[in-house]
Amino acid sequence: MSEASNPAGTRYYDTMDTLPKILLYNAHERKDRTCMREKDLGIWQTWTWSEMAKEIKILACALAAKGFKRNDKLGIIGNNRARLYWSMAAAQCLGGIPVPLYQDSTANEIIGILIDSDVSFIVVEDQEQVDKILEIWDKCPLIRHVVYEDPRGMFQYNQPFLNDFESMMALGRRYDREHPDFFLQEVDKGSGEDVGVFLFTSGTTGKPKGVVMTYNNIIITARNTIELEKLSQKDELIAYLPMAWVGDYLFSFAQSYVAGFCVNCPENTETIEADRREIGPSYYFGPPPIWENLLTRIMIRMEDAFWVQKKVFHFFMGVAKKTGARILNKESVSLLARWLYAVGDILIYAPLKNALGISNVRLAYTAGEAIGPDLFDFYRSLGINIKQLYGQTEAFVFVCIQPDGEIYSDTVGIPAPEVEVKITKKGEVMYRSPGVFHSYYKNPESTADTKTPDGWVYTGDAGFFDARGHLKIIDRIKDVGKFSSGELFAPKYIENKLKFFPHIKEVVAFGNDRDFATAFICIDMNAVGDWAERLNLSYSGYASLAGHEAVYQLIRESIEKMNKDLALDEKLRHSQVKRFLLLHKELDADDGELTRTRKVRRKFINEKYPVLIEALYSNKDICRFEAKVKFEDGRTGIIAANLKIWKAALFGSDAVREEK
Amino acid sequence: MNTAIKYNETVFQGLSSPIDVYARTRSQKIGAPILQVKNVSLSFGGVAALEDVSFNVKEHELLAIIGPNGAGKSSMLNVINGVYHPQKGQITFFGETRHKMNAHHSAEQGIARTFQNIALFPGMTVIDNIMTGRNLKMKANFLEQALYIGRAKKEEIYHRQKVEEILDFLHIQPIRKTPVGRLPYGLQKRVELGRALAAEPRLLLLDEPMAGMNMEEKEDMCRFILDVNDELGTTIILIEHDMGVVMDISDRVVVLNYGMKIAIGTPKAVCEDKDVIEAYLGVNP
Repeated sequence: MSEASNPAGTRYYDTMDTLPKILLYNAHERKDRTCMREKDLGIWQTWTWSEMAKEIKILACALAAKGFKRNDKLGIIGNNRARLYWSMAAAQCLGGIPVPLYQDSTANEIIGILIDSDVSFIVVEDQEQVDKILEIWDKCPLIRHVVYEDPRGMFQYNQPFLNDFESMMALGRRYDREHPDFFLQEVDKGSGEDVGVFLFTSGTTGKPKGVVMTYNNIIITARNTIELEKLSQKDELIAYLPMAWVGDYLFSFAQSYVAGFCVNCPENTETIEADRREIGPSYYFGPPPIWENLLTRIMIRMEDAFWVQKKVFHFFMGVAKKTGARILNKESVSLLARWLYAVGDILIYAPLKNALGISNVRLAYTAGEAIGPDLFDFYRSLGINIKQLYGQTEAFVFVCIQPDGEIYSDTVGIPAPEVEVKITKKGEVMYRSPGVFHSYYKNPESTADTKTPDGWVYTGDAGFFDARGHLKIIDRIKDVGKFSSGELFAPKYIENKLKFFPHIKEVVAFGNDRDFATAFICIDMNAVGDWAERLNLSYSGYASLAGHEAVYQLIRESIEKMNKDLALDEKLRHSQVKRFLLLHKELDADDGELTRTRKVRRKFINEKYPVLIEALYSNKDICRFEAKVKFEDGRTGIIAANLKIWKAALFGSDAVREEK
Repeated sequence: MNTAIKYNETVFQGLSSPIDVYARTRSQKIGAPILQVKNVSLSFGGVAALEDVSFNVKEHELLAIIGPNGAGKSSMLNVINGVYHPQKGQITFFGETRHKMNAHHSAEQGIARTFQNIALFPGMTVIDNIMTGRNLKMKANFLEQALYIGRAKKEEIYHRQKVEEILDFLHIQPIRKTPVGRLPYGLQKRVELGRALAAEPRLLLLDEPMAGMNMEEKEDMCRFILDVNDELGTTIILIEHDMGVVMDISDRVVVLNYGMKIAIGTPKAVCEDKDVIEAYLGVNP
């Protein structure tokens, strides 16, 4: 095919080792296939591969005309917009490096990243982002040009370094006419060893670090996972998670290029629900809170339904719970159960999935934090193949993934293709894969701390392989302790497991250097209050409810259920909670017990409640405690309470040991 | 008078703010007068609602009409809008002096408005409501529209695009298909503004667009009104009770009291005016 008929100048490469080369391949091979949609003015604007390649070429020419050189860094800030994805590609075509940033960061948060990564060009979405850049303009001398996509409100600005997207495109077209061979020559210069992108870590554990990824990292990982999950050009994806996040870069950019599937950009952040229904994605990623929100909304709406509908709903959800997940796992299911499930599908499941816009979801991922088994089972019982994966920015997402048919809510599955995982003596998870990052940009010390010379990466997470060969992540390695017997004690793991019970809000587990595990429990006032009302239990407030025998009984049942679970696990069976108490007040950030993001401050609690902790490890079954509290108006007072301490039954060999 | 001082503080809260209204950047410079109101008097039986009121409105300007309750503010809008016919005086809009005309004529001339009480169609979606604002621009006849033939289809697509642009402008895409009756008050007000904008007015009359709103909704509304004024260049006459809002966003202020114009000028000048202070606070005994 002559190049004239392919305006983007498509061509084959023997080695498709960079994303720009793959782009040109797609523009040739899949030229009439839709690869990008973006909803604008109520209509899904659509681009095919050849159209998109053309836009990217013009944009690259425009950047070059403005002086963008090989190895220059291009910052990108904004929501998921087609043009911002094109900017990433355009920079890569020129041998530059895109640096996507979180769009909701403040100006002060992005300044460090912009300076650290030597960004000289920035493409932003709108006025809001332009304002941020202007705020820090004087502190970033390297930045030469800012391009904005949405001209709304920009007429007031006359800074010479601000460029409107449309005028950039006009400039690009002119440059392309004057230098017709320029674009292809630049793409030809790229190779797999080149740096493809800088992805910044979230910075929860310190200053954000720029993770350098080469095309080899990116493309091999994308290929492996596409093969594993059988993704194809027929898949549809909604791009709605931050562009700066490694997952979005892999799913909405790298995998889309390699597999050739279509990426859909929602109209704006508030229309995602409606947009999802319109698109019907087949491939979907959502962190646990997103799945949780969906479920909560269904349940709340069902509460308002007519009683007949409610009855039918709950009956068939029961059916789904029993058979749905087993059908999905291809286990043997009786004909009757299958028939019932099919009826339920017509009456409930299919309409429900349609309302949520997940009818077509063939493959869904969740990751980031532990997901509750109920939540997980709910979606699987509806026939949605939701899987957990375990990953890191440094691994280019994939470390472990749950294989089809072997899904357990408490593990993260087996190592992804070409990924090796091992556990250090201390219990830390390490991995090595083709996706392992090149280095942290301009930070050799951190690189050396994280990555060994032969390519193994420390994750900072403690975990182990269970009997089925699945990796179980239990905690951050620095939080994991040991019992006096030397056995592993993972407080966070116990706490998370208990928090999945609806009546429990917060848990603090103890056990480091002790003989057994104990816990403080904070009940969930709403859930337990509701429950108490239905049973006609009278109570006057949080403390009185938490002191109720029946509530203790309720919580004990939950703990024993968890203990039973833990007893099955060779490594965790010692972590069964033996004694517990219900705190007379909720843990509160105002009292310093939680951080503002509601994480338990373990050290502070150890200092504040030594009496209670000691009581848990004594024979007492009641303990008097006085605590200072801060009222909402700022005054302080003292609350005294007599807290009961209860025992929970242990299971497995620990129970036997106990009896001796 | 103690109460007076207190009232003073609350009523004129906007005054102390250091914002200079004329420092506001804008795309269009304020131009020549486009609407002249000359010696207008309006009475209902023996009650005089407006007495000899004259002022003009300049192109691209944001003019506020303020005054105590019953001062004749809404009557003034109704006169400009062609709903009421003044007994005396004349109104010239873009060089066209009118003697007697109805609301339909004024809409054709390019005057659109919103109402003090929301006047939307609660059962229709946001899109359909805003689409009604484009009624005057549609040329297809009844038959064509009913059968969706001839010009109707092309027109529908064109007008839908215009409506979508307004949805985008007012950030109400997430509710485009929601029936208006189900929306909260603040959003309904925004939809009403959208419908007025759909007529692509040269002069926009806003009757208490922020009444009954909370602080956040008011801030949003102010932003949109300023955007309409700045980006679309629409001339706006605004009636509003919130003094802070009026002082912050308007270019000039007309003060009415008992149907008479007692002051006109920049917000700063108006709130230093002796007559205005008297009208609002009563005469110091």
